[in-house]
Amino acid sequence: MATGLPGTVTTGAPVEVRNLSRRFGEHVVIDGLDLHIEPGEFVALLGASGCGKSTLLRILADLDRDITGDVSVARGRAVGFQAPRLMPWKRVWRNVVLGLPGRPDRERAEAALAEVGLSHRVDVWPKVLSGGEAQRVALARSLVREPDLLLLDEPFSALDALTRLTARGLVDELWQRHRCAVLLVTHDVEEALVLADRVLVMDRGRIAHDARVEIDRPRDLADPALVAMRTDLLARLGVDVKEHA
Amino acid sequence: MSLAPARKPPPTDLAVETETIVPEPESGHQRVPRWVVKAASPVVLVILWQILGSSGVLERDVLAPPSDVFATAVEMAAEGRLSSAILASLGRVALGLVLGIVTATVLATITGLFRRGEDLLDLPVQMLRTVPVIGLIPLLIVWFGIGEEPKVALIGLAVTFPLYMNLFGGIRNVDAALVEASRTLGLGRLDQIRQVILPAALPQALVGLRYALGSAWLALVFGETINTTSGIGYEMNTAREYFQTDVIVVCLVLYALLGLVADLIVRGLERGLLSWRPAFQGQ
Repeated sequence: MATGLPGTVTTGAPVEVRNLSRRFGEHVVIDGLDLHIEPGEFVALLGASGCGKSTLLRILADLDRDITGDVSVARGRAVGFQAPRLMPWKRVWRNVVLGLPGRPDRERAEAALAEVGLSHRVDVWPKVLSGGEAQRVALARSLVREPDLLLLDEPFSALDALTRLTARGLVDELWQRHRCAVLLVTHDVEEALVLADRVLVMDRGRIAHDARVEIDRPRDLADPALVAMRTDLLARLGVDVKEHA
Repeated sequence: MSLAPARKPPPTDLAVETETIVPEPESGHQRVPRWVVKAASPVVLVILWQILGSSGVLERDVLAPPSDVFATAVEMAAEGRLSSAILASLGRVALGLVLGIVTATVLATITGLFRRGEDLLDLPVQMLRTVPVIGLIPLLIVWFGIGEEPKVALIGLAVTFPLYMNLFGGIRNVDAALVEASRTLGLGRLDQIRQVILPAALPQALVGLRYALGSAWLALVFGETINTTSGIGYEMNTAREYFQTDVIVVCLVLYALLGLVADLIVRGLERGLLSWRPAFQGQ
């Protein structure tokens, strides 16, 4: 199911959005937004709470069609939510391959779980997993679909600081291997700078700022270029760093 | 700042009052095993009942002593009356249960999954639910006569409502986030129902099934007072006419035992089907 005009099948960029608007009653959350994501590009979307970034992601995931404008998204896409959203009554491996056509393929699930370092958790119930493990299972569930576009909605925000760092590294590694386009919605400027090719800042329902991160991976947050970008991005998000330094 | 509250002077005497926390001594009630404690009160009651009965304080016509009840049970079992009564009653409950489970599941799936179904069906079901099922006996007799049909129908009705309520509630309590996730995973409408909504509603449905079994038993007892020629209720009614309190007690014990077995079966089902749910087990 591609969004946009029903039934249109075209080839093109994983995300192509023109003049998109979404309103909740009187309140305009997305206001004439344009967005283009290249195949294999890692894009991070920053913005203050309530700026509409999660709404945008939901629209791209085809979970919200109450919109105006043109939206075209890759048919092969996967979504990672803030909570892992695993089915508690299905064992971990069955969660991973849930929704794939055909019989549940255990080997495929095992391979995907091995990629996220959870080979020892194949047969357990999701309720037994720690928060970080559950989020990694969700990641395996996304990647097993070999998506052209991966939509991530603050996938690390519920994790503790240490687990978050590990998960961030894992996403980086997996992205380098799979090379799907990623749209990562996040609050975390450093996360965006470490992971993304391009960092967007959303404000008042539009993409207010679009910055390319031209620094080789793996990135070091102490890199002066990154520090400068971080200060700039934080200022755009309304945080004056020097005041806190 | 001059407006800041004055700092409290540091304490001059640095020692504070302390308390030593000692490990709890091994508790004394561990010595008597728990099952012994649990079994004590029923055993005492039965002994008391026996003493009152054999001493003649409790007359046989009022309540036969346990020894008589036991002897009667053995006798009834030997005659085959016990097993035929159990089979007849179990058959009724099974038939009524199937009828009720099918009705409740069909109704609750329609009203739970579709808002249009809820608008059309939920109100009449809720209205019927408020009618005490036992009160329907005269109407059931008028409709179905005095054969097996009104008894099975009564049990079916008694099963339908508690199961319907819980299944409907269970479906409506399903986490919308999970349904949404299943959509993004490419699950079709039917698979969403089969793999997400129904499993999520299962715990609540099983609670409903337990309630349903309870009311099925109640309905059986009432149903079997309608001109019966077989079953536990038949034995009980015949015994009433001859003041055979021992037979009546045997029948009551049978009802209780069958109810217990049914409950055990549902608990077993819960343990099997809900093993994914590490629930609080009590301390």
